[in-house]
Formats: sequence, structure tokens, C-alpha cells
Amino acid sequence: MFDVHEMEVNFGPQHPSTHGVLRVILKVDGERIIDAKPIIGYLHRGTEKLFEHMAYPQCVPHTDRMDYVASATNNLGFVETVEKLLGVTKLIPRRAQILRVMLSELQRISSHLLWLATHAIDIGAMTPFFYCFREREQVLDFFEAYCGARLTLNCMRIGGMPEDTPPGWLDDIEAFCAKFDAAVDEYESLLTNNRIWKKRTVGIGVLSPEDAIDWGITGPPLRGSGIEWDLRRAQPYEVYPELEFDIPIGKNGDTYDRYLVRMAEMRQSNRILKQCIPMIKQTPAGDLKAKISKVIRPPEGEVYHSIEAPKGELGYYIVSDGKTQNAYRCHVRPPSFVNLQALPALAKGHLVSDLVALIGTIDIVLGEVDR
Amino acid sequence: MNHALMHYLVWPLIKFLIAFVIVQAIVAAMNWIERRLLGLFQARLGPNRVGREWRIPWGLGQIIADPVKFLLKEDIVPSSAEKVAYYLGPMLPLIPAFVVFCLIPFGPPPTFIAARVNVGLLLILALTSTGVYGIILGGWASNNKYSLMGGLRSAAQMVSYEVPFGLSIVGVLMICGSLDLVTIVRYQEINAWNFLPQIVACFIFLVSMNAENNRTPFDLPEAESELVAGYHTEYSAMKFAFFMLAEFSMMIVNSCLIVTLFFGGWTLGMFGLGLTTDVLAKMGFMGGLLGTLIFATKVMMFMLVYIWIRATFPRYRFDQLMDLGWKFMIPLALANIFVTAIFILAGQERLMYWIGLGAIAVTAFYLFKPRRAVQKVIHAAG
Repeated sequence: MFDVHEMEVNFGPQHPSTHGVLRVILKVDGERIIDAKPIIGYLHRGTEKLFEHMAYPQCVPHTDRMDYVASATNNLGFVETVEKLLGVTKLIPRRAQILRVMLSELQRISSHLLWLATHAIDIGAMTPFFYCFREREQVLDFFEAYCGARLTLNCMRIGGMPEDTPPGWLDDIEAFCAKFDAAVDEYESLLTNNRIWKKRTVGIGVLSPEDAIDWGITGPPLRGSGIEWDLRRAQPYEVYPELEFDIPIGKNGDTYDRYLVRMAEMRQSNRILKQCIPMIKQTPAGDLKAKISKVIRPPEGEVYHSIEAPKGELGYYIVSDGKTQNAYRCHVRPPSFVNLQALPALAKGHLVSDLVALIGTIDIVLGEVDR
Repeated sequence: MNHALMHYLVWPLIKFLIAFVIVQAIVAAMNWIERRLLGLFQARLGPNRVGREWRIPWGLGQIIADPVKFLLKEDIVPSSAEKVAYYLGPMLPLIPAFVVFCLIPFGPPPTFIAARVNVGLLLILALTSTGVYGIILGGWASNNKYSLMGGLRSAAQMVSYEVPFGLSIVGVLMICGSLDLVTIVRYQEINAWNFLPQIVACFIFLVSMNAENNRTPFDLPEAESELVAGYHTEYSAMKFAFFMLAEFSMMIVNSCLIVTLFFGGWTLGMFGLGLTTDVLAKMGFMGGLLGTLIFATKVMMFMLVYIWIRATFPRYRFDQLMDLGWKFMIPLALANIFVTAIFILAGQERLMYWIGLGAIAVTAFYLFKPRRAVQKVIHAAG
């Protein structure tokens, strides 16, 4: 009698909660999602191809533009890979290593704050957005004081660090660290035990540990499923072996557990920062660069190196032909891109409202997905 | 004849116009108050700039700037829209939201109510529930899938929450024995304010009035992060402003209702003591104005509760909202009616005051007791 068919809804690319230019083609029965198909590529800039035509040091600013809310870790991944290719990893001065860890952890805090802000506002809680941005501003101020930029930092160099810490910088970070745990408590007091927040997140987008491994998911979503895998521990780099920190893991692998994991990670990053400050004060000032050749021409070979970016495993694969100053091929393994693949499986059977929670919980940045 | 004309038509009309103008001024101001208060809740300033050149303090110029902006903006009509329904959409919710104001007793009668109707409450319920048609029509006529979903959500939500909304009032009617709002208020000043014997009904009313108005945490029809702007996605300029106007007017209507039904209306006294209608009547016209002031203050407090809730809570999901309405609120409202009936039959109405006081005490205890520590790390490994 009636012509019954599902409705097709174009979710994005211009939509308030797709975190950029993600487009999801939804097949919905009423509000229930039958099928979700992410369409990516709207922000493709050919970064990997660009790397083939630029000298290695020139590539670093381009890595900023991939995960543009976590550029320090992008820089770190790239410079470490090139250093590994050159075989100079051991030569990096200790002060530079500690500074790299500090910038990465600050970046992790700022990236997670942005995630929490947008995730909360997607689910309808307005106030955490502004609370998170209040602290994020302070972190960005630290970046600005260090390298002059707030977002696209370009703050690392192959073989070391470009600048020493500005005067008073460490004391400011110390003051920030002292207050930051209380700030996280404040966000949690608004959300963690909130009935509506729990209703919207508990049991939504459950990712079993087996599925998470099969999909190649890394970072907080993997740990939320209860797998203890953090590259800072599993394949330690820089000074991470010396630092004390826990790897928070979830139990159920749902959106709520991923939320708890990220909240706990912010506290752990703060803990790492607190340990780094006395460590860096013991190292001689100005000792920031390894003595390597100005012209970077790695020997023939290939290398894959990955670090724990805020969103998961960020890997660089570089092939050098040994003759030129630029990479023969550079491939990036961005965590957002791989994690996003699980979206259709997670979304199936949930409601349209849950889709925004799921996009938020995967924590994607389209600059990184599309590169 | 002439006297009857004055009594039944001209005076009510004048009173309605005065109430209308004042309420609309409050609606315009509410926009600024809401944004400013949200700013204070959220560690930012809110609109505090407009009007500085003319020495208007605190950004109050925003109150004028917003309507002017709406009037001057381009009015875009989607070419694929269903024109008649599209134009009707913003008008329909506006009419009941305005008409209702002639039924609300802003102060002691007969001066401060435009039309005292002996089934006033029923008439208000009937009028306000027609507002949903505009939203459904507007959502459907825009020919936009997000608008359609917003319209449908809103239809389901408003129809569902009409039921607990209406049922929560029944308890009050049983106690007061009248549908006339003035009688209900006068009952409350002699006995206690109705929120004491009807604490459960008051709670249900507060929640369902939030849901009726599509306010957070029930703002699904216009859920910004899900449906862009829901049913008014395709509306611009003054048409959009009409929806906003209707929403804010309905917020005021519902605040007026909760104050009238549960919080003693224009009076400031219980058990015949304090500023009751008789005391106000002795003061003459000024007493009436004082009553209106008391009423307005109470209404503003409930408007602030709306904003407070908006700053605090995330948004419900559609099916959870329906579950809450049908599986929790409606049974609770029915149970409340049943219990109230038993108390009235037993002639023990005063006993309900103690129950209400007890409920308030328990709630206060749970609100102010030391918080349990927030769960910090789920499970630390390594």
C-alpha cells in the first residue's frame, strides 16, 4: 500500500559536526542508520608527493598541515624517521630529546582538549567547550613563546631542536601543570557522572579488542577496547623509557570508555610534563643540535618509524635512493585515516544522533585523513 | 450596552496590548540575557560591546541590534519549498504564543488580567499545543531532509510531552477544584503554594515544559550538531526570528504557568499570611503593581532556570527522550494523580505538605552532601 524505502542523507561535507570536510552518505530508516559510507579526499593536498620534491628539512613545515591540531607530534615523527635513516638517533642531545617530549606531551594535551571540547558540544553539552579552550589557549601560548606559532609549529629540526627554551618558559609550564589536574576534574565534574552523558556514550559504538586489532586501530580507541598498546612504551623513543606514566585502558570499548581513556591520558601527559621540567633543568643550556651535515643526503635504503601521536600510531615510511637530497618516496600512516575505517561498522544500527558521537570519539582530523 | 462593550472588548484589548508589548520587550531582552548569562557560565564575556558608542552599558544595544539585523537580512525562500506551508510555518506557532498572554493573571484581578476565563487553564493548554503545527509544516515545506527530521522529531516530542504536561496539572486541579487561574492562585495564598503538596507534579511540569519548548537537554528538533538547525535550517531573516520569538514567548508562557500553578502567582505568602491578594488590594493600584512585580520576579527566576539547564546538560537522544516521556514521566504523573486522589478522599490534604517538605529536604541533602570522587583512571597498566 505504501511505498517504503530508506532515506539517503548526505551528512557533510559541510556539516557542523563532521570536524572538517568529512562526508558520510547515510542510509537511514527513520533515524536508524542502515548504512554509513564515509567519503574522504576533500582536503587532499598531495603532501606525500610534495615530499618527493623537497629537501628533507623543507618537508617539516608540511608535516604540520596534516594533523593540524597536533603538529608537534607530526614534526617529531618525521624528524625521527629521517634521523633513523641517517643513523644519528643516538647523537641527539639530551636537552633536545627532553624538549621534544615536552612539546609532544603539551601537544597531546591540547589535541585531547580540542577533542573533548568538540565531542562534548556534538553531544550537546556546550559549557565544556569553553572550559577546554580556556586551558588550550594556555598551551598554545607556550607554543607561541617557544617557536612563534600557535598551530602549525614547525618546532623540530632534523638532528635537534631550533631554539632553546625562552626565559621563564619552564616556570610557566610548571605553574600550568600544577593547575591542570584540577581543570580536568572540572571537565569531569560536568560530564563523567552525568546521567545524560552516560546515556549518550555507554554502549555506543562498541569496538571489541579483536575487531580493533583487525581494523588496525591505534591510539585511545584501541586502548579503550582494553588493549595495552602505547608506542611510548612498546617502542620507546626519545627519553620516554626514563619517564613514569601509566597507560590507561578501558574495558568495554564503547564511547564512554574512550572518553575516560583520553581524560586519563591528559592526566598522564601532565604527569610526564612534571617529570620533564626538573630533568631539562639539569641539562646544559644551548646543547640542542647534533653535529650532523647541513646537507642531508641519507644513504640508500628505506625505513619505517612510528610514534604515538595523540590520535594513535603516526608512522612515516621513507625510501631514499642515496643520490638526492629528497626522498624517493615518503608514505605517511596517519592514525585518523586508519581509525576512520571502523566508522561504518560502528555506526550500523545506531541512530543519527549517535553518528556525531562516533565521529567525535574516533577523533579524526581531516587534514590527516586526506593528506 | 456601551459599558458592556468597554468591559468585554476595549479594556481587555488594551490590557492585552500592554501585556503583549511588555512581554515582547522581555523576549527581546531575554536573547541578550541568555547570551550574557551563558557567557558568565562559560568563563567568557558574552555580548558586551553593542551600544558602547552611545554610552549604553553592558552591551544592551544587542537587544535592538538583533531584531534590526533580522529585519534587514535577505529573506531567502528555497526554490523547491512548498510555498504556502513554508510561509505558514513561522506564523502558526507565533499566534497561540501571543494569544495566551491575555489569559495569564499577571497580578491581582480584575485589573491585571486581560480576560478571566473560568476554563483558563484548559484554554491555555489547547492554544499552546497548536504551536507544533507550524514546526511540522515548516520542517516539511522546506524540502530539506534535515528540516524534515527536525520537524518529525519535534512533532513526536511535543505530542508526547503534552501528556505528562497535562497530567501533572491534574493534581493541582484536584486540590484547588478549579480551572480558573485566579482561583488557583487564591487557593494557594490561603493554603500552601502548590509545589509543597504537588512536589512530584511540579517536577514533572518543570521537565516537560523544557521538552515542550525544545530546550536543552531536549533540544533535539534543532540539534545543532546533528541536524544543522533542524526545522528552521532553511528559514532566514524575519521568518527565522518568528520561530525564535515563538520559542521565547512560549518559554515565558510556561514560566508564567509554573509560577501560577505551583508557586503562588502574584502573591508572596502562605496560609493567609504575608503579601496576599487582600493585603495588596488594600494598597490600591500600587499594590497591584507590586503583585505584578512579584510575579515577574518569579517568572524571571524560572527563565534563568532554563538558561542554567542549557549551560549544564548534554542532549538526550531521540529514543531515550521518548522512553523518558512514556516510560517514566507519564506513569509517574498518573501515580501522582492516584496518590493525590487518595489523600483528598481521606481528607488528609495537609499531610501532603509534609511529604513535599520531606522530598525537598532529601533532595537538598543529596545536592549538598560531599561529592564522591570522580572516577579517574579506569585501570592503570604498565
